[in-house]
Amino acid sequence: MHIKEIQNEIVDEFSMFEDWMQRYEYMIELGKSLPIIDEAYKTDDNIIKGCQSKVWVHAELNDDKLQFTADSDAIITKGIIAILIRAFSNQKPQDIIDADTGFIDEIGLKEHLSPTRANGLVSMVKQLKLYAVAYQTQLK
Amino acid sequence: MKGSIISHIDSIRKDFPILKREVNGKPLVYLDNAATSQTPQQVIDVIVDYYQNYNANIHRGVHALSQEATDKYEQARIKIQQHFNAKKTHEIIFTSGTTHSINIVANGFTSLIKKGDEILVSAMEHHSNIVPWQMLCERTGAILKVIPMSQEGELLMNVYDDLLCDKTKLVFCNHISNALGTINPIEDIIEKAHAVGAAVLIDGAQAAPHIVADVQKLDVDFYTVSAHKICGPTGIGMLYGKEEWLGKLPPYQGGGEMIAEVTFEKTTYADLPHKFEAGTPNICGGIAFGAALDYMNEIGFDAIAAYEHELLEYATQKLLEVDGLKIYGTAKNKTSVISFNINGIHPYDIGTILDKLGIAVRTGHHCAQPIMDFYKIPGTVRASFSFYNTMEEVDVLVEAIKRAKNMLQ
Repeated sequence: MHIKEIQNEIVDEFSMFEDWMQRYEYMIELGKSLPIIDEAYKTDDNIIKGCQSKVWVHAELNDDKLQFTADSDAIITKGIIAILIRAFSNQKPQDIIDADTGFIDEIGLKEHLSPTRANGLVSMVKQLKLYAVAYQTQLK
Repeated sequence: MKGSIISHIDSIRKDFPILKREVNGKPLVYLDNAATSQTPQQVIDVIVDYYQNYNANIHRGVHALSQEATDKYEQARIKIQQHFNAKKTHEIIFTSGTTHSINIVANGFTSLIKKGDEILVSAMEHHSNIVPWQMLCERTGAILKVIPMSQEGELLMNVYDDLLCDKTKLVFCNHISNALGTINPIEDIIEKAHAVGAAVLIDGAQAAPHIVADVQKLDVDFYTVSAHKICGPTGIGMLYGKEEWLGKLPPYQGGGEMIAEVTFEKTTYADLPHKFEAGTPNICGGIAFGAALDYMNEIGFDAIAAYEHELLEYATQKLLEVDGLKIYGTAKNKTSVISFNINGIHPYDIGTILDKLGIAVRTGHHCAQPIMDFYKIPGTVRASFSFYNTMEEVDVLVEAIKRAKNMLQ
């Protein structure tokens, strides 16, 4: 499935929830169901560090597509990274680089967009795109 | 309004317009007072009055507005001097806040400290009272030593006794810990430091909202305060320093107002307090700082302390009823700050849910990472209470924590 289609799917899922509590509960569930990252990848190199919570992201290229795994010590943050991984994992690096991230605005989690909030969506999206740029360079 | 706060709480809350607002559709419950307190209408009015009626630069102008602003600014300095019982008005330096105050002293000591001298720091400092001293050590070759604390969050005074020696030149410690609420035995700390000839800086940022520090009685060398924690505006604070110490320290930065005479060959510095007040100061902030002290003194610090103690006792008892909740900082002598975690739940997650319920608490390491390292935790949730908080708000907090816990576990 293309990134845009996955993003639309996520937006549709979130639009079914009537209030913030249901959205957060869903995010917490997503966080809990995020596949456990290999402990070997929870290194300082893979960390998006903030003063609130830590996020580890690992990227691997398989058959020209990037696979992401991640973890966080905070469950809500873990839910956020789970959403991003779902949108961007198993995609070609160039598609990740080109991807629009407007879907984040639509899922009602705007407060996590603030760059002043550590581990906000902005820094996570930036990190995923940086991985894509790095692997795209390798592919060339 | 002297007397019991509980009988005046409704009228006190009316002084704070922000307490009427809603956050995320819920009535605001503001419990982040250790970070910054809210501002009463009386202080807001002073700020508005300044900009509407006599906004002008001070100490230089011959015109009426400048004179009026200068008078009000210097009157504020006198109020601050009287509040903290400094011997002389010029021992009060207006700064941008506690961090600025500490940096003035740490920078000034560069020429008074030599390689091998020792500087003692308490284990429960926040970064602003650690980093400037580390920088001083890097510049001078002095050695930074830590006064450790117990699991309860009390300084180990017997170890402090052992650390003090004739090499000790400076001791710095907060009056009250921002992360734990511990009220430190600063009288003892100061007396013992002076016995070995060391100077003492007490960071009073967290104490000023709860305790009136008498700097002469304490015999403290330096004491720092930020106005925004005591119902004043941000960007203004004070450094108290004994005249003899302030006289010894070189100016922190150069510019207008801090000079006596400037030629291209040599500049001479102004007398205290202007030597440390280069440039146009936060004039409105200084005046509002004075107004904030007036407001709090009108309520009365004894009444504030008594009521906040009741809030602390009640909140501690109610929070401990939450299964799996652990409080960090259980010193016998503490103020209305409760730092806690709940079994296996990250503080950020709890803070996020509480925010959605209209409750403002602080989460994280509170700019005091060494304390979190000591307890081997990523951070805590911190509820810090002020005299305008209520027992009902404590109940709202506890119910919200239970709800967050159910969602997150």
